[in-house]
Amino acid sequence: MLTVEKLVKRFGPRVAADTVSFSLQPGEVLGFLGPNGAGKSTTMRMIAGRLEPDSGRVLVGKHDVATERRAAQRLIGYLPEGAPAYPSMTPRSFVEFCLRARGWSGREMALASAEALDRARLGDAAGQRIATLSKGYKRRAALAAAIAHDPLLLILDEPTDGLDPNQKDQVRALIRDMAADKAIIVSTHILEEVPAVCSRTIVIDKGRILADESPEEMAARTRTGRLDDAFRALTQTVPAEADAA
Amino acid sequence: MTAGSSIAGLHAVFRRELGSYFTTPLAFVFLAAFAFAAPAFAFNVGRFFDTNRADLAPLFAYLPWLLMILMPALAMRAWAEERDRGTIETLLSLPVPVWAASLGKFLAAWVVAGLALALTFPMWIAVNYLGAPDNMAIAAGYLGAFLLAGAYLAIGQALSATTGNQVVAFVLGVLAAFLLTMAGSPFVTGALSSAVPAWLVEAIAHLSALERFSAFQSGVIGVKDLVYFLSFIAGGTAAAGLLIGASRAGGR
Repeated sequence: MLTVEKLVKRFGPRVAADTVSFSLQPGEVLGFLGPNGAGKSTTMRMIAGRLEPDSGRVLVGKHDVATERRAAQRLIGYLPEGAPAYPSMTPRSFVEFCLRARGWSGREMALASAEALDRARLGDAAGQRIATLSKGYKRRAALAAAIAHDPLLLILDEPTDGLDPNQKDQVRALIRDMAADKAIIVSTHILEEVPAVCSRTIVIDKGRILADESPEEMAARTRTGRLDDAFRALTQTVPAEADAA
Repeated sequence: MTAGSSIAGLHAVFRRELGSYFTTPLAFVFLAAFAFAAPAFAFNVGRFFDTNRADLAPLFAYLPWLLMILMPALAMRAWAEERDRGTIETLLSLPVPVWAASLGKFLAAWVVAGLALALTFPMWIAVNYLGAPDNMAIAAGYLGAFLLAGAYLAIGQALSATTGNQVVAFVLGVLAAFLLTMAGSPFVTGALSSAVPAWLVEAIAHLSALERFSAFQSGVIGVKDLVYFLSFIAGGTAAAGLLIGASRAGGR
């Protein structure tokens, strides 16, 4: 479904992605882990066709994102970092805008929009202006827009960031629900949600992939068997003082 | 499929933009300001009644100055707001070509500008009541004003694509509109003549929007003038698309 080959992206002197390669099949939920500024968002933006890589290639289905960007983008649902949405729109009109831009119309569009709003549990908030909604609802509106066209590849950049524990659970359940027939990439730095959602993890730091394995394999890297210890061991060269204490 | 999907994208962006003008107070404040300011200029500065002529010359004489300020105000949000709010990430991840998004944004703003001009129609009715004006000349004048507004808007939206700050976009837009309007005036040519060769001064003077606009006012719709305004519209809209497309190469 998704093949990422040696992606490189530099912003000035900083290397945001350094020969990032992996592939993803339908049914897999990939947890994209790494410290802030590791290159997670940059890589996801390149896969979504929003940012062009300096070199390397992204294939979505059979479509090269560089040469057949729009064909690739039709297969992708993307929730950008911070879940941006137009404040003057309602979640329903926002979802319909995204569907309409993808060529949907009429009854089909209304049904797809209603289903996405329902899956993202917008409830009555679907008809209120996004500017008046809480952060959690705003995030759900952007999530609904990302899933409404039933994409084969779903890219979610920190979908649970800023949500309360109940909302986090709902989003995790939604991701598990959708996992059966989609390839999903979820970036997060909340490690406890990884075993609950992901079938595979990639740890990235300074633009490089440090590990690509199952959450269980990753946890088994340290004696404690804990993911956060494994994450620290991978991404910190010097152990933190807290560990020594 | 490609052409169809481009049109779908253009239509979606156009609808969204037009909707956002009217779901926020923006369009209403803008239309109210225009409906108030345009006749105010014509009556007070243009001495609408004192001319003792039944035409809309007092209105058209001051429209460029009004449009020069108000069109950049309408255009400034086009891309700066998308960048500021991060929604450009969503927009650029949709299978919509940037030219379609840019054109959709331009057309939506142009419709609002057209509505604003339509609000001065009572003055047209008034001159017909007071005398027998050359209605064809007035219609041509309106066409010219609509095209001039479009040129300001397209340039303003292109400048909006250069920044994430709406105030910066507005100031740049007013400056550009001012230069475009005043290009043929002694104020600009005089300032330039000491610095650049005479042929360049002449070429810049040739770009003056004011002269083109006054041709319309006298009822003359010239092909060259139409091409002039339409090329600014096409150029500005294309430039906005190119600038936004270029943001795929790097940065936010």
